[in-house]
Amino acid sequence: MRLTPEQVEHVALLARLRLSEEERERFTTQLNSILEHFEQLQQLDTSGVPPMSHAVAMSNVFREDDPADPLTPEDALQNAPDRARDCFRVPRVIE
Amino acid sequence: MAKYRPNIGLEVHAELNTRTKVFCGCPTAVGAQPNTQVCPVCLGFPGVLPVLNRRVVEFALRAALAMNCEIVRPSIFERKGYYYPDLPKNFQISQKRAPLGRKGHLEVTVNGETKRVGIYDVHIEEDAAKLLHPEDDRGHSLVDFNRSGVPLLEIVSDPDMNSAAEAEAYMNAVRDMLLYLGISECRMEQGQLRFEASVSLRPEGESELGTRVEIKNLNSFRAVIGAVGYEIWRQSQALDSGEELVQETRLWDDERGATEPMRTKETAMDYRYFPEPDLTPLEVDDEWIGRIRAELPELAEARRRRLTEQHGLSDYDAGILTGDKVLADLFKATAAEGAPAKAAANWLTGEFLRLLKEGGLAAEQTRLEPKGLAELIGLVEKGAINAPAAKQVFGKLFERGGSPSEIVKELGLAQISDEGEIAGVVDGVIEEHPDAVENFHKGKEQALKFLVGQVMRKTRGRANPQLVNELLRKRIGGG
Ligand SMILES: [Zn+2]
Repeated sequence: MRLTPEQVEHVALLARLRLSEEERERFTTQLNSILEHFEQLQQLDTSGVPPMSHAVAMSNVFREDDPADPLTPEDALQNAPDRARDCFRVPRVIE
Repeated sequence: MAKYRPNIGLEVHAELNTRTKVFCGCPTAVGAQPNTQVCPVCLGFPGVLPVLNRRVVEFALRAALAMNCEIVRPSIFERKGYYYPDLPKNFQISQKRAPLGRKGHLEVTVNGETKRVGIYDVHIEEDAAKLLHPEDDRGHSLVDFNRSGVPLLEIVSDPDMNSAAEAEAYMNAVRDMLLYLGISECRMEQGQLRFEASVSLRPEGESELGTRVEIKNLNSFRAVIGAVGYEIWRQSQALDSGEELVQETRLWDDERGATEPMRTKETAMDYRYFPEPDLTPLEVDDEWIGRIRAELPELAEARRRRLTEQHGLSDYDAGILTGDKVLADLFKATAAEGAPAKAAANWLTGEFLRLLKEGGLAAEQTRLEPKGLAELIGLVEKGAINAPAAKQVFGKLFERGGSPSEIVKELGLAQISDEGEIAGVVDGVIEEHPDAVENFHKGKEQALKFLVGQVMRKTRGRANPQLVNELLRKRIGGG
């Protein structure tokens, strides 16, 4: 599997990253060498090994449905770049 | 006539009515001031740790088992990535590869026929924040994170429905189930139930499904029915004129009553799911499944309680009404037509069951319709007909359906509330029964009843009994 510079550009867009021409070429090379490494791993026979979904061997970590104290709007909005009426204010997202 | 067979699939998103959010302890109360039910977890601050609410799993299991799903073990959470201001982490925690339940089904009834709709999967996810678009600040939107992290249950059906009517029946069945299980309030006006539909058409006789169009922005049953109907029409037109349909996502415009293509975002549909490293897998064991299964029948009990607590019905009435599906549906639909619950329950548990027994009939064999019963109850409440007349009308509704006010006209049952008209009859009765009048003067209350009965007989039961009583007392004294 070979990633094209166009695919790298697409992934960058999904991650909201703007890449320079030079970066795009460099990341294409780097990502391809990572993928090559995985191709090597894929040669291992893993039939009979259940897929791992978590790095820690734990399951069923729960909390009870008991309310905790929320933040005050003042605290919640403390780092907001912009605010109005106790809300976060962002550029308009509909017409 | 119908050249094309539609296939409709529905995704239902239901807010679960837990006390706290799915991954943090913030309360979920409706109508709170903006950003008063938020914490670092549901605001998406870096470095915070989500912890799964056990009750969310309980509720989701109830739904999955009620819909006959396989429980997936282990079930895992994943990150679904996209950018929007209502999603502070830039991903939504959801489930895709190993949802809690899959391969289930739900039975729905359309025009008296039962149909099985496949359930593709049932999974847990978190709701997004709410965006407000103020009129007086047209360059900006405001974000209220109270809803961020509220637990959602997503129920994805197979594309098994073949008409808008079947889609409606399915939505009703899902809502009934959620209410019955007590896991969601299902208040659509508050966005607690939201939908997405997929519609494809294939030529009649063809087995392969046609090009699939998804429709978003459906916030009510009415919107779903409208959008599905519109899409079936639009796609038929296109196919008729030999147009190629494109696989796309469209938005429903409630005002125009039409769907339109969504302005394609360049990143649409590329969600890059991957396992959520902050949440451990979910292993539901046999014991847990067994316990939930055992509790499911008891939920009929919960439904009965709702009738007694919310509608003020007696335990007896509620028991009868929830014991029979047809009766339960008739009751619900009659109440939905605006009839007071008590009156509707009285008719259904009283006269209705009596007539069924008398005729040796099953409830679905009668012609009684919720609308007719609701109208009849309205006529009684307005005093347009009295109780005996109402029974006659009910008999007709039971036999052949129709409009109560027309039956009243037809049978000449309208109540006489004209004082002059009743007074004439009262005077006649007093003259004909001097002995009864005398007995009444001697203190025999029974005699008055006798006289009232005579007046009712002369008016064929149509006189307003209260007025008859009043007039009699006035005429013979002692009133
Ligand atoms: Zn929170």
